[in-house]
Amino acid sequence: MEYFLTDEQKMIVELSRKITDELIIPERARLDQEEIFPTEILKKIAEADLYGLYIPEAYGGFGGGVMDFILAVEEFSRGCIGVSVSFAANALGIYPVLAFGTEEQKQKYLPAIAAGTKQAAFGLTEANAGSDAGGVQTTAELKGDYYILNGTKQWITNGGEADTYTVIAMTDKAKGARGASAFIVEKGTEGFTFGKKEDKLGIRASATRELVFQDCKVPKANLLGKEGMGFIVAMKNLDHSRPGIAAQGVGLAQGAMEAAIKYSRERVQFGKPISAFQANQHKIANMATEIEAARCLLYATARTIDAGIKDFSMESAMCKLYATDVANKVANEALQIFGGYGYMREYPVEKMFRDAKILQIYEGTNEIQRNVIALDAIKKSAKQDK
Amino acid sequence: MNIAVCIKQVPDSDKVTIDRETNRLNRTGVPSVINPFDENAIELGLQLKDKYGGKVTVITMGPPQAEQALRDCIAVGADDAYLITDRKFAGADTWATSYTLSLAVQKAGNFDVVLFGKQAIDGDTAQVGPGVAYFMDIPVITYVKEAEKTDKGFKVKRVTEEGYQVWEVDGQAAFTVVKEANTMRLPSLKGKMRAKSATITTWGADDIGVEEEKIGLKGSPTIVRKVFSPPIKTNRETIQNEDPKQSVKELLGKLKERKLI
Repeated sequence: MEYFLTDEQKMIVELSRKITDELIIPERARLDQEEIFPTEILKKIAEADLYGLYIPEAYGGFGGGVMDFILAVEEFSRGCIGVSVSFAANALGIYPVLAFGTEEQKQKYLPAIAAGTKQAAFGLTEANAGSDAGGVQTTAELKGDYYILNGTKQWITNGGEADTYTVIAMTDKAKGARGASAFIVEKGTEGFTFGKKEDKLGIRASATRELVFQDCKVPKANLLGKEGMGFIVAMKNLDHSRPGIAAQGVGLAQGAMEAAIKYSRERVQFGKPISAFQANQHKIANMATEIEAARCLLYATARTIDAGIKDFSMESAMCKLYATDVANKVANEALQIFGGYGYMREYPVEKMFRDAKILQIYEGTNEIQRNVIALDAIKKSAKQDK
Repeated sequence: MNIAVCIKQVPDSDKVTIDRETNRLNRTGVPSVINPFDENAIELGLQLKDKYGGKVTVITMGPPQAEQALRDCIAVGADDAYLITDRKFAGADTWATSYTLSLAVQKAGNFDVVLFGKQAIDGDTAQVGPGVAYFMDIPVITYVKEAEKTDKGFKVKRVTEEGYQVWEVDGQAAFTVVKEANTMRLPSLKGKMRAKSATITTWGADDIGVEEEKIGLKGSPTIVRKVFSPPIKTNRETIQNEDPKQSVKELLGKLKERKLI
């Protein structure tokens, strides 16, 4: 398929592919089994100038957009989505500063992320605020020059590893979702600690921890936007980052399919390579078609966002929903082609199968994505009736 | 520090296939890459530049398409690149190549050090590095693993079959670099963008002022009489530890194990 990538985008793909083949694929099984955060690989990604793809040149970045970013995420995900989510979570953590920060905040926080010398993370989810993100219970009370944060964030990707966190907390509980605000919290701030690292089914190279705030003093200057804008910051951030998750889906599916096709050409049963059997051929046909369809939707969405279209919630939700459902289907079919061998840790599809599941859950479950899409479609229809 | 690295573009040996009909190597359509050993020389050059400042200049003699290998060097951090290409150079052996390259290196600049990979994977002669040094009349140290600057020149570690030697050399020098020295760094996005638009200086025979009878096939005295694999030395084992006492203990253990003492 010709996607009309620019020369720079082709370079991004080439470079990310090299990193994936030479650094991620040889290490992924060990990172997964021993639950090692991929510090060394992330360092190499930073040295290759890929951390700042979406950050403006004025802050030390490449000055690209969502399209440039997702091309890198897709390639890394072909190798390991535990690694690619550790990379991509930086964008989720720092985009609120990029989109809602003051010039001072941008100057202070963006260059280190663009250079990859610091990591970022986003803290929204809590024990009682998952899909119902409005149910955030962490509070932020203004006292003099500081906001005092209290509460616990849960399942935060890059938690503990990141240096810069954007955190959603309630500045006015009575106002519900409109009483939420967004803050930049630095690691090492008094009263800010981390819970234990979670033991997960998949993406085991990534670090998932609780963020614990106990009378944590955050300078007033670290408020993002205005008080009460927290929920908007969170939703815009998720709309913007969902293509990244879709890219993880496309990349993982591509990796699983490639492994399965290669294996089907080598594995001989009944005197023939199993790729000669139509049952497997049809699986391959469905995988290849659906991956390409997911990729088309992803690239079109990324370009829509980069074109400056204002409302892209629906497109963003659609590409996340479709690509991650495809990833799960493909991982499942790829493992089936491998048969018993696929169930063994020796082959990579076992890990891909475990890893794929999270894609349908994080950054908004696929049920929530369907809600977003349906409501948008219904809203559009109602508008036409007027 | 002014650093020159001489490289060669070679067929990617991983991608070479054998024609089942003729049992010959399929060379057409095989992608070309930087000679893997030259990558170690490039990386050593870049490390010297990182440490002492200066510039890394890459030079290659080859067909016009060797330009890509030079651009790949710029993508990882080389500053300047020279392509030495001319139909008149065709058929050059290591003697004529060394002569030609030596003139190009001298014209490209006044270098503190000229680096080479230990050998090329297609010819495997390991002669061009020392050959260039001969024509430039500068000292050469082969199989270098590490190099650092001294007041007058360089101090290097040279790998031998038994271990390593430490050499010091004054003034301008040439080194051939071993694989164990390092792994070449990955390119960066900025490097790749620079590589795409970089100007590669191209010089022909007339530009570097060669004597015509010393280049190409005419200037190549080599006659290949026979190709064979040298006998492999076996049963060699090195016992090496931080503490010599530990090495003695291991050695005694091994001798006892074999009932020699």
